[in-house]
Amino acid sequence: MPALVLIVVFFFVPVLLGFVLSLTNARLTSPQGPQFVGLDNFTRLFSDPLFWKSLRNTVYFGAVVVPLQSGFALGLALLINARIRGINVYRTVYFLPVVTSIVVVSILWTFMYQRDGLVNHMLQAVSFNLIQGTDWLNNPSTAMPAIIFMSIWQAVGFHMVIWLAGLQTIPGDLYEAAELDGASTWQRFKYVTWPGLRATRSFILVTITIAALSLFAQIKIMTNGGPLDSTSTVVFQSVRAGYEQQQTAYASAISLVFFVLVLTVSLVQRFLTRDKD
Amino acid sequence: MSRFMIERRGTAVLAGVATAALALSACGVASTSSGGSAGELTLWTHNAGNPAELGVINQIVADYNASQSKYTVKLQAFPQESYNDAVVAAATAKKLPCVLDADAPTVPNWAYAGYLTPLDLPQDLVSKQLKSTLGNYQGKLYSIGMYDAALGLFARKSALEAAGVRIATVDNPWTAQEFADALAKIKADGKYQYAFDLGTGDSGTEWWTYGYSPFLQSFGGDLIDRNGYKTAGGVLNGDAALKWASWFQGLVKNGYTPAKSSTDAFADFVNGKSAMVWSGIWHSGNLSKLGADGIVMPPPDFGNGPKIGGGSWQWAVSSTCGEKAAAMDYITFSLNKKYLAEMAEKQNVIPATEEAAAMVDGWQPGGAKRFFLDESAKYAMIRPPTPGYPFLTTTFAKAAQDIIAGGDPKTILDQAVSDIDADLKANNHYGF
Repeated sequence: MPALVLIVVFFFVPVLLGFVLSLTNARLTSPQGPQFVGLDNFTRLFSDPLFWKSLRNTVYFGAVVVPLQSGFALGLALLINARIRGINVYRTVYFLPVVTSIVVVSILWTFMYQRDGLVNHMLQAVSFNLIQGTDWLNNPSTAMPAIIFMSIWQAVGFHMVIWLAGLQTIPGDLYEAAELDGASTWQRFKYVTWPGLRATRSFILVTITIAALSLFAQIKIMTNGGPLDSTSTVVFQSVRAGYEQQQTAYASAISLVFFVLVLTVSLVQRFLTRDKD
Repeated sequence: MSRFMIERRGTAVLAGVATAALALSACGVASTSSGGSAGELTLWTHNAGNPAELGVINQIVADYNASQSKYTVKLQAFPQESYNDAVVAAATAKKLPCVLDADAPTVPNWAYAGYLTPLDLPQDLVSKQLKSTLGNYQGKLYSIGMYDAALGLFARKSALEAAGVRIATVDNPWTAQEFADALAKIKADGKYQYAFDLGTGDSGTEWWTYGYSPFLQSFGGDLIDRNGYKTAGGVLNGDAALKWASWFQGLVKNGYTPAKSSTDAFADFVNGKSAMVWSGIWHSGNLSKLGADGIVMPPPDFGNGPKIGGGSWQWAVSSTCGEKAAAMDYITFSLNKKYLAEMAEKQNVIPATEEAAAMVDGWQPGGAKRFFLDESAKYAMIRPPTPGYPFLTTTFAKAAQDIIAGGDPKTILDQAVSDIDADLKANNHYGF
């Protein structure tokens, strides 16, 4: 029962309000109450070049982060699934960025990405000054890749742990049997590990996708959507419109479109990863 | 810091969410008369993080409470980052304090939203104040400040002398050509990494508007057509604005200024990285680190006269205040020259009246700090006093950032104008 109250108050009510508000001209501060304006906000949204750019950036971020981060996390999980001495130290080290606040991580990386920051110094050191590096976050063509790199580094540990949990549910005797049958490492992965991770796989796919599409904190702290909107995302645009620009209704419209987008992507993923038996 | 900041909402997103939630839940809640119980006035201020300014306010409140027995003023200080959100949330819940301070450009927005009541102060008191300390909206006075801030072109005298350019003064500012020559010559000298640091390291919104829209106004453009406040067309994307944009972008393209300054451009200037820096009175204390070599000049005249931004934090009375007369009485009391002088001394700000200036060392005519008062009186231009300002400032700041980042000025400014005009239309031109 308490759960029901919470889900109604914090999920159904906001979604409903977002839907209603998006059809009005509600403002954050205004002497006039909201008036019904039909689909005006959506017409405006779909003709707003910033929205399409934000949408493209969001999709770009998701399309790169989802496969890279889940693949990388699986690789790490396989590495640290071994029984070697001090394995917990490795696990902790890989997990460390996850327990650090994304705000702190973003501020630190902002300094590292500066023209005379740590990243460029390291590039110079390893390339014997061949690579000079750029001002990563202030160059429209490198800002998003820089944020992608940092985001993967920060979040990969979390999914590594989930993969690891999945790996440990696979019974050891399956591997023993495979070994007796003379299966190679690759064959063991392909025929024992991969099928054994079916449930974990769907879970990771859906959670990474949703997290990637809601990219906001890094953008707010590191670039504010710039330079030249190259890192503006749908959630960032919605927060900016709703609070800084006081356009409650327009921001609701953006959120609603975002909601539909995430819902569609999740449903498609559910369909593709459904139990076919 | 008693700057121009509207505050950075991004850091207070949660507060904003809470605000929206309050906005939705507060409808129909019976409102009680706010601002404290009988005989008690609540006062809100933004400067919890600024002991110097808060100290003066505390002193005024204590003196006022001791000066009469009918009312007690109760002070509540907020951190600046969440101050505006607190006010908006309180207003939605009809729980605003009687007396509150507001950043000058937000005053019309709050007046329009019905948060504030026009001030009823003695005329001789108001007429003594610097124009830029008065918050007028629709012909009525809604807020009044104890001080103002000012921008300045801080420079190293030695760099100017080496380049063979004259030192600009309030009465005799540089022309656009003189400024261009100075930049070229200082750069040619090669002694400084940057000839002129714009201070673009602040990614927050308000600095971009406060700091750089005066250049646009000096070129003859503006954020909105102040004749009617019905469109930005022609002023934000006209010829003057395009000239401003290409000049602004040129500073980066020519290597005079970094596209992204470090977080403390003034420290870079003091440390010899740049020969000139665009900054404000709040750094005038640090200028003394350069001794006689550190000077401050007005901005160049780009055709429409030199311009700097005007308007800082100001006092206002809420419309839900039950004791309006007492609130006006308190504000009148707080504008005593004694307090204005103390604020100017402790806070490095421009005192709001001449008589207060006469009481503080350095602010008298000919004094070391006098530059800022003269500059402010002559060149300060307040940010557009329209309820639509929050939208104007975010849109302009983004446009300026995009121009610095190397985007096409015409496309950027046309888009900004179309965004602003759409917002104006959606709000019935905010009552204009």
